[in-house]
Amino acid sequence: MLGLNKKDTSLMILVAVLALCAPFILNPFPEGSAMAQFNAGYPDLMQRFVIFGIFAIGFNILFGLTGYLSFGHAAFLGVGSYSVVWMYKLLNYNILPGLVLSVLTAGLFALLIGYVSLRRSGIYFSILTLAFAQMSFNLAYSVLTPITNGETGLQVYTNDAQIFLGDGPTSPHLFGIVMNKSADLNIGAWEFTFNNGYYFCAIVMLVMFYLSIRIFRSPFGMMLRAIKSNQTRLNYTGLNPRPYALAAFVISGMYAGLAGGLMASMDPLAGAERMQWTASGEVVLMTILGGTGTLIGPVLGAGFIKYFENIFSKINDTILHQWFAFLPDGLENFMVFIVHPFIGKGWHLTLGILFMLVVIFLPGGLVEGGQRLKRAFGGKDAGKDKPDASTEPAE
Amino acid sequence: MDAIILQILNGLDKGSAYALIALGLTLIFGTLGVVNFAHGALFMIGAFCAVTLSKILNLSFETVDASQTDFLGNPLKVKTPYVMEWFGPETGAAIIDWSVPLAILFSIPIMVAFGFIMERGLIKHFYKREHADQILVTFGLAIVLQEVVKYFFGANPIPTGAPDVFKGSFDFGVMLGFDPNAIIYPYWRLVYFGFSALVIGGVFAFLQFTTFGMVVRAGMADRETVGLLGINIDRRFTIMFGIAAAVAGVAGVMYAPINSPNYHMGMDFLVLSFVVVVVGGMGSLPGAVLAGFLLGILESFASMNFVKELIPGIDQIIIYVVAIIILLTRPRGLMGRKGVMEE
Repeated sequence: MLGLNKKDTSLMILVAVLALCAPFILNPFPEGSAMAQFNAGYPDLMQRFVIFGIFAIGFNILFGLTGYLSFGHAAFLGVGSYSVVWMYKLLNYNILPGLVLSVLTAGLFALLIGYVSLRRSGIYFSILTLAFAQMSFNLAYSVLTPITNGETGLQVYTNDAQIFLGDGPTSPHLFGIVMNKSADLNIGAWEFTFNNGYYFCAIVMLVMFYLSIRIFRSPFGMMLRAIKSNQTRLNYTGLNPRPYALAAFVISGMYAGLAGGLMASMDPLAGAERMQWTASGEVVLMTILGGTGTLIGPVLGAGFIKYFENIFSKINDTILHQWFAFLPDGLENFMVFIVHPFIGKGWHLTLGILFMLVVIFLPGGLVEGGQRLKRAFGGKDAGKDKPDASTEPAE
Repeated sequence: MDAIILQILNGLDKGSAYALIALGLTLIFGTLGVVNFAHGALFMIGAFCAVTLSKILNLSFETVDASQTDFLGNPLKVKTPYVMEWFGPETGAAIIDWSVPLAILFSIPIMVAFGFIMERGLIKHFYKREHADQILVTFGLAIVLQEVVKYFFGANPIPTGAPDVFKGSFDFGVMLGFDPNAIIYPYWRLVYFGFSALVIGGVFAFLQFTTFGMVVRAGMADRETVGLLGINIDRRFTIMFGIAAAVAGVAGVMYAPINSPNYHMGMDFLVLSFVVVVVGGMGSLPGAVLAGFLLGILESFASMNFVKELIPGIDQIIIYVVAIIILLTRPRGLMGRKGVMEE
């Protein structure tokens, strides 16, 4: 279907079903029950899942296929956000022109940075991209204030031109479909929210996911893999790897720009902190955690990190006491004491430890973990069809 | 003229910090071939050694002083630090006052031990893996260390003062025959510069004039041959890792009075120190020091008003611009050896 082989089609359908039914899947616990805190089916979080999913899918096209580790992808995210907000300021709240512009500017930006950075490889490439991103961040904070509105962040003011505003909606919309509107569905004790913005992002994510499958399976994708496995050999066969790497860099920059644009489409704000290198670090974490060079990995990683970020930060000591209430008092307090540093504000600690464990023991990320489990429990048959499975790492 | 001297002086103390961190980074890269993204975290831990020591020295017990009363007429509770009780009020007060310099002694064993554990426990397993994996695992470690420090010390900066003798500033201009108050420079920054020159000199002397240092230099040039001669080069490199950690640590200790330590100071310095290492040349020790001071001074020149008017925003990006130019025109850096990590 659509030029995909059987395995990819089933993967694509699986992702589509998951994305479209997310409001049901992520809200498995009835409202008001003790487990309701584990629900993630509210629009804000679901939007973040898919937006960071797009970001990570794009990053994976560069890092997963070519092996070039960029520490500056957040710059493109920021550029995307700024473009969308500028389109709001100049035209109206329709998100389409903004998104188109964000992809274009991010692509241009990536072309510029990539052209320079790709002259080096390995850690020099990482440091060059890092330097460019930090430069953009510093400039956005200081000199470029007329464009970026500095520390306050860019937003729409009532005295902005907005020449096509007329009597259209006054929040981001797509030809009248307002992004922050939701429909609620109550079934018994359950409450499901269907948000326009989420579905828009999800559809964009599916298209982007489809594109990334096509890139992975194309001759172009093979070239990128060749860059990762042996650049010297590629040179000797008379091929110049740089244009291919640059193309991958620009494509992944455009993905990041689109993700940034979508962020501003859901919430009409753009700030310089989106360009900071910690944001670049986050997408690296997502991709590695999910599984570098696999199709589904980055999406899984993004979802995993955003979900646990949200859930872990909400847990507090009272909830912990409830959990361990079945233990004797002394033991209960001890358990709470042990777990306490890892929850609430300590989420980053958990993330750091998790990330280190993944890099040390499971370089293939969650996907490899899943495959290992399958191999351990699934018997011979599951092991046999592994080599050509769709989620196989790039090398 | 006085403005230029002032900027050079201003650049020196930042440059010292860059040079010290970059020296450690290069030492680790040159010996073990590992790119250590956790080096900034070691700098931060050093600064928090100073914080911890000053907290320990300030541990007090309360006594009720009947002769003094608060405004409600209750007897006042007076806190006396234990050191004052043990060593007498004057010596005790002096010890508390000198807590930052004392923290150097306190931090060296801690940092060396930390370096050992880090190298033997984690880095050792990453020699054979790609540079990207080394970056990632040390990046993860940096996050963990940072969060642990945040858990114990909180997110706010903790002011840690220099000894009273070094408080205040020093009118440098008068010495050179300029107007008074033209060039004013805090004493502690002068101390910091002197200290870093001492540490850098110490490290170089150690490598240059001791047998141990000679073996390490030989190992940096050709690890295999040194190993074939029956020398346990791994152990020496582990010790060098400990030394590099200690250099970062003491740099952090002494930096505490200049900028109140907070948990993300390591990350802030790390990015810049990497740039410094790259500009100086990966694996070149003199290059790291030179580039550290050079970039520090360049940065403070760029923040002069008249330069900023000429090119707006240059002070924010000058270091990165220099790094980009160097990487593109001379990838091995200012003093890097030919053929080492040029790609």
